[in-house]
Amino acid sequence: MAERFTKSMARNIYLGGSVFFFLLFLGLTFDTIQALPERDNRENLTESVAHGKKLWEENNCLGCHTLFGEGAYFAPELGNVYQRRGGEISDEAFIGFFKGWMNAMPTNAPGRRQMPQFNLNDQELEDLAAFLKYAAGINTNDWPPNIEG
Amino acid sequence: MKYQSQAVAKPYFIFALALFVGQIVFGLIIGLQYVVGDFLFPEIPFNVARMVHTNLLIVWLLFGFMGAAYYLIPEESETELYSPKLAWILFWVFAAAGTLTIIGYLAVPYATLAEITGNDLLPTMGREFLEMPTITKIGVVIVALGFLFNIGMTMLKGRKTVISIVMMTGLMGLALFFLFSFYNPENLALDKYFWWWVVHLWVEGVWELIMGAMLAFVLIKVTGVDREVIEKWLYIIIAMALITGIIGTGHHFFWIGPPEYWMYLGSIFSALEPIPFFMMTVFAFNMVSRRRREHPNRAATLWALGCAVMAFLGAGVWGFLHTLAPINYYTHGTQVTAAHGHMAFYGAYVMIVITMISYAMPIMRGRPNGNSPQAQTVEMWSFWLMTIAMVFITLFLSAAGILQIWMQRIPESGEALSFMATQDNIAVFYWLREAAGVVFFIGLLTYISSFFVKGDEVVVAD
Repeated sequence: MAERFTKSMARNIYLGGSVFFFLLFLGLTFDTIQALPERDNRENLTESVAHGKKLWEENNCLGCHTLFGEGAYFAPELGNVYQRRGGEISDEAFIGFFKGWMNAMPTNAPGRRQMPQFNLNDQELEDLAAFLKYAAGINTNDWPPNIEG
Repeated sequence: MKYQSQAVAKPYFIFALALFVGQIVFGLIIGLQYVVGDFLFPEIPFNVARMVHTNLLIVWLLFGFMGAAYYLIPEESETELYSPKLAWILFWVFAAAGTLTIIGYLAVPYATLAEITGNDLLPTMGREFLEMPTITKIGVVIVALGFLFNIGMTMLKGRKTVISIVMMTGLMGLALFFLFSFYNPENLALDKYFWWWVVHLWVEGVWELIMGAMLAFVLIKVTGVDREVIEKWLYIIIAMALITGIIGTGHHFFWIGPPEYWMYLGSIFSALEPIPFFMMTVFAFNMVSRRRREHPNRAATLWALGCAVMAFLGAGVWGFLHTLAPINYYTHGTQVTAAHGHMAFYGAYVMIVITMISYAMPIMRGRPNGNSPQAQTVEMWSFWLMTIAMVFITLFLSAAGILQIWMQRIPESGEALSFMATQDNIAVFYWLREAAGVVFFIGLLTYISSFFVKGDEVVVAD
């Protein structure tokens, strides 16, 4: 670097730049939080959904699956599993599929990836299903590209 | 070693490397589970092994950063560490908390661990990379506060250099942003938004300050280039890291609920995120070519140069490849993400910690001029084995990801293959990745063994 470019100039760019962009980030965060109510499906965030989210977390579902593309890449995306597995027809169709699936795990098919049995009761399965339905209603800018997630 | 208390870095480095070995063992397990799905099932399900793999990485890097700080801060401050005793106590607290957490993951189902650790009281578990129980998180905060107090007091009573201030700023940011791991709202979109305040503002924000400071410190030592020059570079590198990286957080906000404008902001700013990494590469090579002495620890210089190059490739190039919103729409959450994650973490953070260990450890072991030439040869072999293996892991995962996108993402609904059908079709690349992983593990064992190679003492004529 040219000698005219001094250390104090570099320091000022660092301090000024990072403070400016952090404040801008805070402002954008404020704006995002204002915009979220229109997008994040909070009107459907029931007690059942909240309990479902806790079950989602306490069974580490993200350790294999993705939700909106975040998580592990070992098992299918679940942000749109509601649409993929019967929700387009009816809530009952999705819940029926979901309970059947969860209760059938693990398949124990030799050599295949295995999903553990989480021993959730009927109410817990319904709450988890409610959480997945709620998640599917969040505006994700049309992601994923297709139904397979 | 200029100050006796710097020696407290040693247990931190040793424990970090032990956890590194554990991390790779579990990496090999999950890599195999990708193709032999029922391997170790139900004893160690994939989610448990993956959690161990990623959490061990984070914890050993934190051990590495703390060890680096305990070594670097006294030397830069030209004074003894404020309290070596506190550093030792915190070492045992952190090591015990980390070990117990890993044992917890492996011994009981995750839901049971959540129950017995009181996740009900303050639910923070079950989110990627932040899986540790709430009480472990509280422990991390306590350790971090004690650690920051210790190095902060050391700095206050001594010389304040740009390197030590940048290191301290990075570590304080690390502790500060970790606090967002305690915020877990029921609203999923909000939860995900602020989850990135930990994850992104760590690895694409304040960790780059820590990395820059460590790299600058080692480069001053091994090249003898004037501090003024190096500090100017450090400032401009971290300036670019934060100018691009803070708004660059937006590249995670495309598909998780926030408004559309993040697609523009996130794309533009994160497309600039390779700049600081490119500058680090130019910086490292420039300093080494302008070196004023031939430091006998050639291995440390190799790690420093390799770190800069691999960080640019992994974080910079592989990050850029899928950061633009129209591309990320298809790549998001595929093996392309995994490919980038592997090379970026290895290139930037694993290699900077090893660079520091490679420089500092021989000195702490009473070899001021570095390890014996024989030991350095073994260490340099391990550099190439691990680095080349990681390049191949990244290439195989990238190939898997591109095919996954081709089969699963690009076709219309109804024509696209399902997730599992796609996985079956790309299995060959997972096998190749696993083979590269085995080579990486051999490289790691080679690295560990280099600590036990005796050989001739290095004598430098002054």
